[in-house]
Amino acid sequence: MTGRETLPDQPLPLGQMRKGQGGYICRIEGPDATVRRLLEMGMVEEAYVEIVHEAPFGGDPVAVRVRGGLLALRRQEASCVTVRKA
Amino acid sequence: MSVSELSQPYVALVGSPNSGKTSLFNALTGGRQRVGNYPGVTVERKEGSIERPGGHRLKILDLPGTYTLDANTLDEAVTRDVLLTRKIEGAPPDLLVAVADATNLERSLSLVLELKDLGFPMVLVLNMMDLARNRGLEIDLEVLARELGIPVFPVVAVKKEGLDPLLEEMLRRVGERPRPLVQAFPESAWTLPRHGAEEVRARFREIDRILKLANAAHLKPARWTDRIDRAVLHPLWGSLLLVAILTFVFQSIFNWASYPMDLIERGIGLISEGLRALLPQGWLQNLLVDGVLAGVGSVVVFLPQILMIFFFILLLEDSGYMARAAFLMDRQMGRVGLHGRAFIPLLSSFACAIPGIMAARTIENPRDRLTTILISPLMACSARLPVYTLLISAFIPNRVVWGPFRLQGLVMLGLYALGLVTGLIVAWVFKKAVFRGPTPTFLLELPTYKWPSLRNVLIGMWERARLFLRRAGTVILAVSVVIWFLSSYPKPPADADPGRPAITYSLAGRIGHAIEPAIRPIGFDWSIGIGLLTGMAAREVIVGTLATVYSVEDGGAAVGEDALGRILQRRWSLATGLSLLVYFVFAMQCFSTLAVVRRETNSWKWPAVLFLYLTGLAYLASFLTYRLALYLGA
Repeated sequence: MTGRETLPDQPLPLGQMRKGQGGYICRIEGPDATVRRLLEMGMVEEAYVEIVHEAPFGGDPVAVRVRGGLLALRRQEASCVTVRKA
Repeated sequence: MSVSELSQPYVALVGSPNSGKTSLFNALTGGRQRVGNYPGVTVERKEGSIERPGGHRLKILDLPGTYTLDANTLDEAVTRDVLLTRKIEGAPPDLLVAVADATNLERSLSLVLELKDLGFPMVLVLNMMDLARNRGLEIDLEVLARELGIPVFPVVAVKKEGLDPLLEEMLRRVGERPRPLVQAFPESAWTLPRHGAEEVRARFREIDRILKLANAAHLKPARWTDRIDRAVLHPLWGSLLLVAILTFVFQSIFNWASYPMDLIERGIGLISEGLRALLPQGWLQNLLVDGVLAGVGSVVVFLPQILMIFFFILLLEDSGYMARAAFLMDRQMGRVGLHGRAFIPLLSSFACAIPGIMAARTIENPRDRLTTILISPLMACSARLPVYTLLISAFIPNRVVWGPFRLQGLVMLGLYALGLVTGLIVAWVFKKAVFRGPTPTFLLELPTYKWPSLRNVLIGMWERARLFLRRAGTVILAVSVVIWFLSSYPKPPADADPGRPAITYSLAGRIGHAIEPAIRPIGFDWSIGIGLLTGMAAREVIVGTLATVYSVEDGGAAVGEDALGRILQRRWSLATGLSLLVYFVFAMQCFSTLAVVRRETNSWKWPAVLFLYLTGLAYLASFLTYRLALYLGA
């Protein structure tokens, strides 16, 4: 499943996306410290991000590909990142 | 640290956690490293020296890995403080060597740009150039150096490629400026650069611009890593693989380590025989053989297991698997409020709590780290094994329960499970009641897989071994001598009953008798009281003490232990045996662990908390076990 087709047109929090879905980051909001840490790890606006793995037992945390690297994070933090289709 | 050392010029290595900074440090310094702690904190300080033909010598400091100067962890704070204040090293570094993973420039250059703003003399090392080339990256190094405004050195640290030009530059740059000039940096450079979200965003825009110019923006995907991850991070296969790896590690710790452990025991036996033959009989012989050698030996014997644990930890860490394991375990650990990374310290604690507590350093959140440290001693360490074995063989019949399962084996398993489950419950309670606060973020880089470098693993093991011997060894030396004194003096009077063991006349014997009223409710008598005291050196010492108390003739360990089991069976009730078994699941019977916790938390408060809560738990559990067993007629 590529999943990209299934992504709705409206922006969606990364934390609500399934394995194989991805898009361009349009917003990062949340507690200051979390936002900064996300940014430092390369989660910046306009970067392409895609969920490539989900952990066993409930699919949380997830592993995402962003800026050429692989990052593991919990869905709660991932929900600070809003992603749009194109 | 002496003043002359402080004023010595030095180079500092700075880089993000997966940049191969430690590989570079190992490659540059070889074995010439000193590992210690930064004053006042429990962050490892690694210093090395480089010697070049012609008598040039250079001090080099490996700063803890960090993604940013805006520190999130204790380790990162040390890196920041060494660079920005003088309170740690006394003086700022004369040259910064920033290390970046060439296959991860899109993210690792962020720290480089941040460092550049500090205004230090600085060079950039692009590590893992071979892997970058394999992934189709032909970086224009000249453009990169020009745009960054600092010299750039391509290297492959694990293969020692490209080190010579870097070394020359380091020597030249450190040699060129006399020491006092460095300290005349403009004051403005010593304040933390601004770290708002906007600054971070701007840095990443700058990185994109530079990488495009330097032809380094298009990296082919890491195909092997992707392929391996499809299996390793697969919800089913990945979990099974993790269980398989953990089982293998566990098996090897217990099976393979027993050979070197036997050798060490035999070696200590030989030395004590030698000492007995060499020294005249008397207090000196007793002190050296029964005090120092026996005590230190009882701890050193765990060195093979500890080395083996660290061998596996370093191997898994170096290859990139460890971060994946934390990812797979995060959900399970999260249920009791712990971080995915906590499972490694807990796993290590099954061999020995000391490496486990030391491994808890990788947990960034201080509350999580403390919780992990506080439950580590509940994992059944291998010092409990001789105690469990003795008591189980004495009190539990080896009946077949079902199929291949026998009662003795099941009880052993039950004791391990009891410790583990209690640990998780205690963690949950600590997180709910004591360390309340927001759930810490779990944000972890999953690095590309690499062949682990044997050299790095061996250097890491050597460092751990030294730390263990120094920390546990020095404490245990002191404790052993004290315990030896307590159990040897005063000597029995001249008209003593020859059938009564000498230890019963000693201070330890008196203490055993004195605390008997306190331990009577849980079914213990004075002999166990003595054993609990001597067992503070290391848990399994109680076996030897009980043997002494019950005057088992020392005719080979195996025979002696069987005989001891039979004696205990005759002397104690079943309820007492069970109560003591349960007591050892919980009780904090290990002074070395307390000493290491003090070192790691930098206060006596946490070892005190640890001792009190575990002893309380042990007493309560033993009380319930004893009373229940008596009620059921045992």
